[in-house]
This record gives sequence, structure tokens and C-alpha cells, in this order.
Amino acid sequence: MGLGMMERKKMARRAAKEIEDGMIVNLGIGIPSLVPNYIPDGYSVMIQAENGLLGIGCSPKTGFENENLCNAAGYPVTTVKGASYFDSAVSFGMIRKGLIDITILGSLQVSEKGDIANWIVPGKRVPGMGGAMELAQKAKKVIIVMEHVNKYGEPKIVNECLYPLTAKKSADLIITEVAVFQVDSNKGLTLLEKKKEMSVEEIRKRTACSFFVSENLKLVN
Amino acid sequence: MGWRKYTSIGDIGEKLNDGMTIMVGGFGGVGNPPTLVQYLVDQQIEEITLICNDAAFPLIGVGKLVCNRQVKKLIVSHIGSNPVAGEQMTNGEIEVEFSPQGTLAERIRAAGMGLKGVVTNIGIDNEWVNKEKRTLDINGGLYLLEEALHADVALIYAKKADEFGNLIFDKTARNMNPLMAMAAEFTIAEVDELVPIGELEPEEIITPGVFVDAIVKSEGVNWSWVWE
Repeated sequence: MGLGMMERKKMARRAAKEIEDGMIVNLGIGIPSLVPNYIPDGYSVMIQAENGLLGIGCSPKTGFENENLCNAAGYPVTTVKGASYFDSAVSFGMIRKGLIDITILGSLQVSEKGDIANWIVPGKRVPGMGGAMELAQKAKKVIIVMEHVNKYGEPKIVNECLYPLTAKKSADLIITEVAVFQVDSNKGLTLLEKKKEMSVEEIRKRTACSFFVSENLKLVN
Repeated sequence: MGWRKYTSIGDIGEKLNDGMTIMVGGFGGVGNPPTLVQYLVDQQIEEITLICNDAAFPLIGVGKLVCNRQVKKLIVSHIGSNPVAGEQMTNGEIEVEFSPQGTLAERIRAAGMGLKGVVTNIGIDNEWVNKEKRTLDINGGLYLLEEALHADVALIYAKKADEFGNLIFDKTARNMNPLMAMAAEFTIAEVDELVPIGELEPEEIITPGVFVDAIVKSEGVNWSWVWE
């Protein structure tokens, strides 16, 4: 929305750094769907689409789309070698059993304890939770990629989420266009990386909770 | 002689009536049976309780039923891709029951397996999910009892069927289809291709024909996809 393509790509590239060779990864819609472009060549990674595919490949060329081969957002994809199709029960079996190493999701709000609110704004926006509750509750690592503030300039990283929760104490890492935070459900947030042009004070102004600053604070590159 | 499941939609139309609970396979429209959905539209079947993964898109698949106000209640995991469903929910014109997607799938599967429910900790501490549900303590952990979801009729999309109703599906159009095929009183499979019995390899069959009551030939998708 507010972000340009360049910033969206940078956030996706940063999220991709969390992915290790051999991982099973689930990607949400929006910025997370750009992440595969930044997974290093030579890595064996299986990307899951909760609608029933393990092993998403690159996007098909125009004219080569298959209407029955889509990701969870309904957009055409291709498959990698070793991919498999399955029904929705099997798909969520993989998720609930804890076989997803990383899930990368968008969010409306995230609290300092890692609570995630990304499925409904009562009376305004009613998308539904889809598979987000299972993914947030059961993936080994939950990465939130979202804008630092909403379209009204209000912080999305907060003390307590105002919107109904998707899952409590679930987020492990928050990546925004200006900052990267590690989340510890007991200790709270630690700023790991920040945008070069922005001071820690400026980030505090845009964040509705306190946070620690890593002794090893790095720049988002 | 023969299984006589292959039929025309007109011949089994009496199975689809106002006020029914109808399951429709699909995910974002992919795997919705286009010809059966169009039949519900043309016959103006109303007051439907629709069990589907989602409300698709306004002009795609089950999204049409929502836009035509043929649905009184939705049991889904998601309606974000169909803003008309969101509007109707906000205005109180339609009742929406949300289940987390995996829980929805398991509730449907349970019905198909002859079970009364499933036990899960998804949403156990979430007041939107755990509201008015029974909980169980199993070895010190707290779990929700999620009840099985049955339907009067299931409308399924499959790639191929033989005359017994054995089904195979097409890529990600499989999604909820094999689960729903087992979970209704009467299951109608819309298929791209019907082959003689014996043509499908027993090893490749996903849904055994015993779950399928009727088979109709698909006339193909009659909408444009959002990515087109």
C-alpha cells in the first residue's frame, strides 16, 4: 500500500536471509510472496502452499499459467522437482504437526510479546483467519513482514493488540521497512537492525511500546 | 446393469433445494465445480447454508451465489477475496461462521469418516474460536472439541471419474474436494473426463467411488480468473 516496490523487495530479501538450506517454508500473500526470488541458488527449500502443494517453483511465464495450479492467493505458480499435491486435511496436518520450519506472514498489529492480530477488524475488515491461526501457532519460526505504521501513521507494533488476536506469543521476528526486531515473549522486543537514514529515537516515535537495542545494532542493507 | 451414476444435472435437480446445507469444494474458486454452481444460480436455489473454504471472488465460483444473495449462512475460513461477502456480513444480511482452515478441513473429514468431531488446540486461547465450545483435558493439555460438519449435498470438482465414481483430481484443485466428497448425504461429482470402469489405476484413485452418488460432465469454467 504505502510502500514502493523497492522497499517491498528489500523486506522480502531480508526475510529470505532467515531461510536455511533444507527448510520447509510457508509464505503468506503480499510481500512474503516475493521471498522466493531471494532464496540463494543451490538451496534445497520446499515452499508449501496451504491450498495443497509442497514445492512451489517460480511464477509461470504469461500464457503458460495453469488455472488448477495456484498458490493460496489464487495466483498461478509452477512446481519444483519433488513437489507433491494433497488435500486440505493433509496440508494442515503438516502445519499442526510442526513440520513447517518458517512461516512468513503479514499482520495488522503485533504486540511486544509476539501476539499477532491479522485476521479481522470488527465492523470494518473481515477477511477471516484462513490458515493463519495454525501457521502462527505451530510453525517453528514465525516471521512478520509488515509496514512499520498503518495508513494513518499509527504504529502497528504495540503494547497490546487492539484487534482480535490470531495467536498469542507467536511472532519470533518482525521485519518492517525501517527496522528488524527480535521478539521474546518474556523479555519483549530487541532492535537488531535499523534503516541507515533513521535514528533509534525516530523508530521509538513510530513504535507504541518500548524495546531494547541490540549491542550489536546493524544497518538494514 | 452398471452403476448408473453418470447422469445429467437436470435429472438429479430434485436433490438440490432451498434451505439446504451444501458443501462446495474449492479454494479461491480453484476447484469450485463451475457447472454445478451455475445450476444453483440458474435454478435460483436460495437460503443455502454454504460450507466452503472461502467465498471465492465476486464473479468466480461460489462467489456468484453470495453476490446473488442465495446464501443465508457461510461456514468458511476466509471471505477476504470477496468484498460482497464482507459487506453482507457487516450489514447482518448473512451469517458467517469462521473456522481456522485446518480445523474446517478436519471437521469435514470427520463427518466423512463417520466421526462426531475432532480434538485440537488450535485457537484454544482465542475467544473468537473457543467461544461456546467444550474443552477436554488430555494429559495436562487443554483442547477444543470441534464438531463434525455434515451437509445434505456435496458438490465436487474432479479431473476424472470412472463409472463407479472413483475420482482423481487436478493439482491444487484437489483442496477440500476429497474431504467433502465423503461428508454429505448425497455427493455429486462434476468431472472433466469420464472413463470406462477399469481405466483408472487403483493406486492412483484419491476418492473411492463408494462415496460418490452421481457424476455429471463439466462444461468448463465460465469465468475469468483474477490473474487473467
